[in-house]
Amino acid sequence: MLILRDGTRFEGEAVGHVPEAGAVAAGEVVFNTALSGYQEVLTDPSYAGQIITFTYPHIGNYGVNDDDAESRRPFCGGVVVRDLARRASNWRAIHGLDEYLRRHRLPAIAGIDTRRLTRYLREHGALPGAFGTDEATVRAAAAAGAGTEGLDLVAAVTTDTPYEAGDPDSEFHVVAYDFGIKRTILRHLESAGCYVTVVPASTPAADVLARDPDGVFLSNGPGDPEPLAYAIDNARALVGEVPVFGICLGHQILGLALGAEKIKLHFGHHGANHPVRHEASGRVEITSQNHNYAVDLTGVRGVERTHVNLNDGVCEGFRVLDAPAFGVQYHPEAGPGPHDTRYLFDEFTGLMAATA
Amino acid sequence: MTMPRRDDLRSILVIGSGPIVIGQACEFDYSGTQACKVLRDEGYRVVLVNSNPATIMTDPEFADATYVEPLDLASVTRVLEQERPDAVLPTLGGQTALNLAVELDEHGVLERLDIELVGAGIEAIRTAENRQQFKAAMEEIGLAVPRSGFAYTLDEALAVAEQVGYPLIVRPSFILGGGGTGIAHDADEMRAVAERGLAASPVSEILVEQSVLGWKEYELEVMRDHADNAVVVCSIENLDPMGVHTGDSITVAPAQTLTDVEYQRMRDAAFACIRRIGVDTGGSNIQFAVDPADGRQLVIEMNPRVSRSSALASKATGFPIAKIAAKLAVGYRLDEVLNDITGETPASFEPTIDYVVTKVPRWAFEKLPGSAPVLGTMMQSVGEAMAIGRTFPESLQKALRSLETGRYGLNCDPAEQEWDRRSDDDLVVACAVPAPDRIFALEAALRRGVTVERLAEKTGVDPWFLDQMAQIAEMRVELGGCGLETTTRPRWRAAKRLGFSDAQLAYLWGVDEADVRAARLRAGVGVTYKTVDTCAAEFAADTPYHYGTYEDEDEVAPLRRPAVVILGSGPNRIGQGVEFDYCCVHAAFALSAAGYETVMVNCNPETVSTDYDTSDRLFFEPLTGEDVLNLCEALAARGELAGVIVALGGQTPLKLAHTLEAAGIPVCGTSPASIDLAEDRERFNALCDRLGVPQPAGGTAAGAEAARAVAAEVGYPVLVRPSYVLGGRAMQIVYDAGALDAAMAELAATGTLGREGGLSASRPALIDRFLEDAVEVDVDALRDGAGEILVGGVMEHIEEAGVHSGDSACTIPPATLGSDVVDVIERHTRALADALDVRGLINVQYAVKNREVYVLEVNPRASRTVPFVGKATGVPLAKLAARVMLGTTLAELRDEGLLAASARGGAAEGGHVAVKEAVLPFARFPDVDTILGPEMRSTGEVMGIDRSFGLAFAKSQAAAGNRLPDRGTVFLSLADRDKPAGLLAARRFAELGFSLVATGGTAAALEAEGIPVDEVVAKVGEAGVDAVDLISSGKVDLVVNTPRGRGPRADGDHIRRAATLHRVACLTTVAAARAAAAGIAEWTTQVATVRSLQQYHRDGQLRLEV
Ligand SMILES: Nc1ncnc2c1ncn2[C@@H]1O[C@H](COP(=O)(O)OP(=O)(O)O)[C@@H](O)[C@H]1O
Ligand SMILES: Nc1ncnc2c1ncn2[C@@H]1O[C@H](COP(=O)(O)OP(=O)(O)O)[C@@H](O)[C@H]1O
Ligand SMILES: [Mg+2]
Ligand SMILES: [Mg+2]
Repeated sequence: MLILRDGTRFEGEAVGHVPEAGAVAAGEVVFNTALSGYQEVLTDPSYAGQIITFTYPHIGNYGVNDDDAESRRPFCGGVVVRDLARRASNWRAIHGLDEYLRRHRLPAIAGIDTRRLTRYLREHGALPGAFGTDEATVRAAAAAGAGTEGLDLVAAVTTDTPYEAGDPDSEFHVVAYDFGIKRTILRHLESAGCYVTVVPASTPAADVLARDPDGVFLSNGPGDPEPLAYAIDNARALVGEVPVFGICLGHQILGLALGAEKIKLHFGHHGANHPVRHEASGRVEITSQNHNYAVDLTGVRGVERTHVNLNDGVCEGFRVLDAPAFGVQYHPEAGPGPHDTRYLFDEFTGLMAATA
Repeated sequence: MTMPRRDDLRSILVIGSGPIVIGQACEFDYSGTQACKVLRDEGYRVVLVNSNPATIMTDPEFADATYVEPLDLASVTRVLEQERPDAVLPTLGGQTALNLAVELDEHGVLERLDIELVGAGIEAIRTAENRQQFKAAMEEIGLAVPRSGFAYTLDEALAVAEQVGYPLIVRPSFILGGGGTGIAHDADEMRAVAERGLAASPVSEILVEQSVLGWKEYELEVMRDHADNAVVVCSIENLDPMGVHTGDSITVAPAQTLTDVEYQRMRDAAFACIRRIGVDTGGSNIQFAVDPADGRQLVIEMNPRVSRSSALASKATGFPIAKIAAKLAVGYRLDEVLNDITGETPASFEPTIDYVVTKVPRWAFEKLPGSAPVLGTMMQSVGEAMAIGRTFPESLQKALRSLETGRYGLNCDPAEQEWDRRSDDDLVVACAVPAPDRIFALEAALRRGVTVERLAEKTGVDPWFLDQMAQIAEMRVELGGCGLETTTRPRWRAAKRLGFSDAQLAYLWGVDEADVRAARLRAGVGVTYKTVDTCAAEFAADTPYHYGTYEDEDEVAPLRRPAVVILGSGPNRIGQGVEFDYCCVHAAFALSAAGYETVMVNCNPETVSTDYDTSDRLFFEPLTGEDVLNLCEALAARGELAGVIVALGGQTPLKLAHTLEAAGIPVCGTSPASIDLAEDRERFNALCDRLGVPQPAGGTAAGAEAARAVAAEVGYPVLVRPSYVLGGRAMQIVYDAGALDAAMAELAATGTLGREGGLSASRPALIDRFLEDAVEVDVDALRDGAGEILVGGVMEHIEEAGVHSGDSACTIPPATLGSDVVDVIERHTRALADALDVRGLINVQYAVKNREVYVLEVNPRASRTVPFVGKATGVPLAKLAARVMLGTTLAELRDEGLLAASARGGAAEGGHVAVKEAVLPFARFPDVDTILGPEMRSTGEVMGIDRSFGLAFAKSQAAAGNRLPDRGTVFLSLADRDKPAGLLAARRFAELGFSLVATGGTAAALEAEGIPVDEVVAKVGEAGVDAVDLISSGKVDLVVNTPRGRGPRADGDHIRRAATLHRVACLTTVAAARAAAAGIAEWTTQVATVRSLQQYHRDGQLRLEV
């Protein structure tokens, strides 16, 4: 069964990796409303410390393949589904999702009334929870659940040594902070003409500048930006020195570096259908999103909001007026999701070209 | 904030889609109705043209001016000249409206009257609709399309075929629903297929294309606004692969087997497509083929308008495509329109769902002898059922039991035995042929252990779908191992979550359905209702649009006011279509207005009734005893359930009356007992005798022996038919004992009526003396609890009795009946209504022979003609009926003003005449004889309304696509018994300046009467020019052919077929010929005029008598 911190209980059956006796899956329970792209979602490091509930009932239909993973492995704490496909069908599939979960020792629970769970989270906000087979241990784990607020979850997912991606002869050299970076982002930077050096989250700004980059990228990542003081300081030190582009957590870090306030959303944005208005053009972009925190720009001088969420007015993007730096809260790289906002990678290279 | 709404427009004309035909059904009533609503709310003057009186959109309330006129260039031009609208909106009336828009443009009408096209421009329409231009456009933007070439002659076709290579598919340009399409594997097949294609295309242009038979087929529903914001509303995956028309495929939303990478690539392509074609605003439907082997995607076609799939997508997601398309057409942007399901988020988003939607088509092959039940690229289904479940297996089983073909779900019912008799290999062979019941063969094969791989390879059905079906099969086997008492709660729940119906379990365990239900509820497994909210519960939704499933949590809110459940009519089928949806929707409107909380139950995604804002609550559920009981009990537990309306949705809900009554649920209106009395032949005969209402002599019989006895007594010819069916199903006129035996055998056999239960003492066959050459009359009346009776309309049929009331033209007021006869008819109607203690509508059919009035049947429920009567007379019968069924009296309704005080019953003399004509699907089934009979085969209807019978009749023919010529040659070939009457018609034609051509016998008869015959043709097959040659060579402008010998081999059959093939107007009864002559006479001598229903009705709801 699955139990939330407040004791709410859901019946289901264990699938995927079955934890050894006594062990349970625990984490902050969130939901994702995307209809496709479960492999990308599962392998997105931003979900570290969370249990992902898929609102679409059939998960695993097209199996898992070699190309669509967003990182080397899943980082989330568990998976909740209504129905886990027992047979996958797609020409690219190399194995079924159930097998994949077992390989990566990722526990899952199926048969859950995921709509009830989603409605509950909508009402009560993202809650810590746990699932397993032994009620007592599950209850205990759920009750002990701390959530993500105030925790540094980045340390667990970032690379411990720098590495390069792309073609060294590319036009631009970008240093990317890895707070939990997705492969699709690297792919987009590469195809936008960047050679990328990915560095650990804690790398000091000075070391980054020492690499003489044309631009610095602040990646997406899990959890709360506030405890990441080191990252925020580095970002502050970089703005003005080189063009800076932040996505999701990177956007929040950039925001806090500029004096914005952090806000925790009630249950976050997790889906591939969020309408965002690009203020300059008035165009509506359908975006892929995955975050429980956001930034509030009120009172911050020298920045301009560039994108806004049409559902709830959350700031989805801003730029610094007197320096080449900008960020977006959503995921222009998609993976999974719509491709409406890929242009942002070209804006980044555009900034680098202009300041070169 | 600038005001987005376009203020430079004041008046907008909406073009409807005309009669219900295969490929274009009431989904366009749904979209058109939404459009009219929106445009009026926006404050525009709305003008509507649609020839179909059965639609809700043609209700006077929905437009400022409603023209029920033929949808042809001439008539619509007249409307435009009279109304001078600023704009025309053509994208919500299907292919018909688009084609009309193109015509209006080509003939310079739009330019001359300075009228703007909104929604889609001419260029966009042209490029999308012309396959050649479309392919060029796609290649230009780098989207792959199937290899192909175009041809205008047979030789070109064969040449192109060589380049493209076989197998290939031939598809005509500018056609509807795949008409004239076909697949050829070699040059020989190519000849036949190409010929048909060239004939079918109005511009005789065919596309000869690489066949991607067996690839996966997908559809995306896309919306775009003038600021170029674009969203995908819904993705649809076809279970049947390429080669089966999407309209004939089982389809599933959302797409199930695409990775996000593949899906996003398809989404990008769809946007590129809609931008290139240049659909400025509104919805479009784009179809893709995907190679299962390597994911390669091809663009198949785009419909630059709201389509059948848009209706499906709207119902599947809760995103009202047509409504929003209308708003976008008048200047709004997607982000300026609110998503009225959540009430707080904008429409500029992509709906996401947390359930699975399955649509299954319904066909009518059994009604069209000569047509083979094989599916192809040409759409043949007449309707569809949609079901919502949390999983695919659940939604599939719900959809199958929604079809009302007697199935309880995916097999596990009596009909499955057909498959169990076969060998594995037979089954696999059967599966390989796309056919209406292939899905059942697949389950049977899977249950036997035929592998998913083998079936996938043979059928092209994706393994994921097959595996999901296999889970149903496995559960069925597992359940077979247990029984009523031994089934544990988890297993009950597992079974219900896979969509098993109580009926299936009852069959499996050989027990009563009621016992299954009881045991299940004892086990604590009851239905829960979830909400369709466009956002997978991410936001609170206040729109109560629900579906039933088996989960933990139920979302149905308590009732606020006394609730009335209105049971809809299920999937469209021949004999039960949009007319009944009209009645249900009107009931919802009338009862909401009267303060009730209205609850609609239906499973037909095409309809207005399944629009979430038609009633206060919508439950998208199958109309079976189990599903309806579940709902009624759920509602009763949440407040006051005032009653259930079963009398407005045709036979479907009527069948449930007993189940409901037995469960103690109040049934509104006429009591189930009376309904039975009307259907139970013995008791009904007794009643008629008591009332002194004559009937054709007749009796009932459950077997051949008894049948012969009855026939011997009443004398031949006799009419044989089953009880409890609609649309003259399986009804036959037999002239001798041999034919009678055959007919009885057929009725007993499964396949015809086995589906509806077969023959038994409780549902015997009815055998009546067949009245030849009698005039048939339909009456719709309304009786209230106080016993007041309002005769809504007396309709005289044009064709004689023997042609099903649904297939014959009829007129209000009667054209030839004397007032004394009409009086008798009204008297009988009153007597019957009183005797049956009718509370609500009653429909009575009479046959009048030698001024003697016989009653043929009584239906104490809404009939097919209710909307026609409403449009013709202006009396809102359905609305009144709904109120009366809940106890209001006609007197009270007069005081309320719902019924005009002047409205007094009977035959109308309102200074105008309305003629209803049936529309038949023969063009799509070239091998079916077009001769009309007692089995109904029409799919839809049109109305012609004008100041005289002749003009109204002529309009009705034009509207039905049977345009009468005003000069030229009439070909006559009459049965002997028709000659006397036929001569009168012939003389009229001669006087009107037509030259006459006839077959030998007819010619002789004509000349004997001194009527000049210009040419006598040989019998078909004999030497010399025969009728078929003459028609084929285009020398004939009107065919009058009344049946001689029946059956496919008969001469007449060839003649009628030739007429259909070459689109020559063809009349098969003398009555129709005489009406046509009258029509042409006036049509050619008087100036044609158009008038809105509002004007007609303003001249007084036709005076009716009480
Ligand atoms: N190249 C092709 N090979 C095989 N089947 C095809 C091909 N093109 C179309 N079809 C089938 O024919 C059906 C009808 O074709 P479509 O272009 O959609 O015509 P319509 O305008 O009638 O919808 C499609 O749904 C598809 O199943
Ligand atoms: N005794 C009869 N003589 C002549 N025609 C008849 C007779 N009974 C029925 N018909 C014809 O058969 C048609 C269908 O019969 P009906 O009872 O209306 O069946 P349904 O209930 O399917 O409408 C009628 O519309 C009428 O034209
Ligand atoms: Mg199509
Ligand atoms: Mg009838």
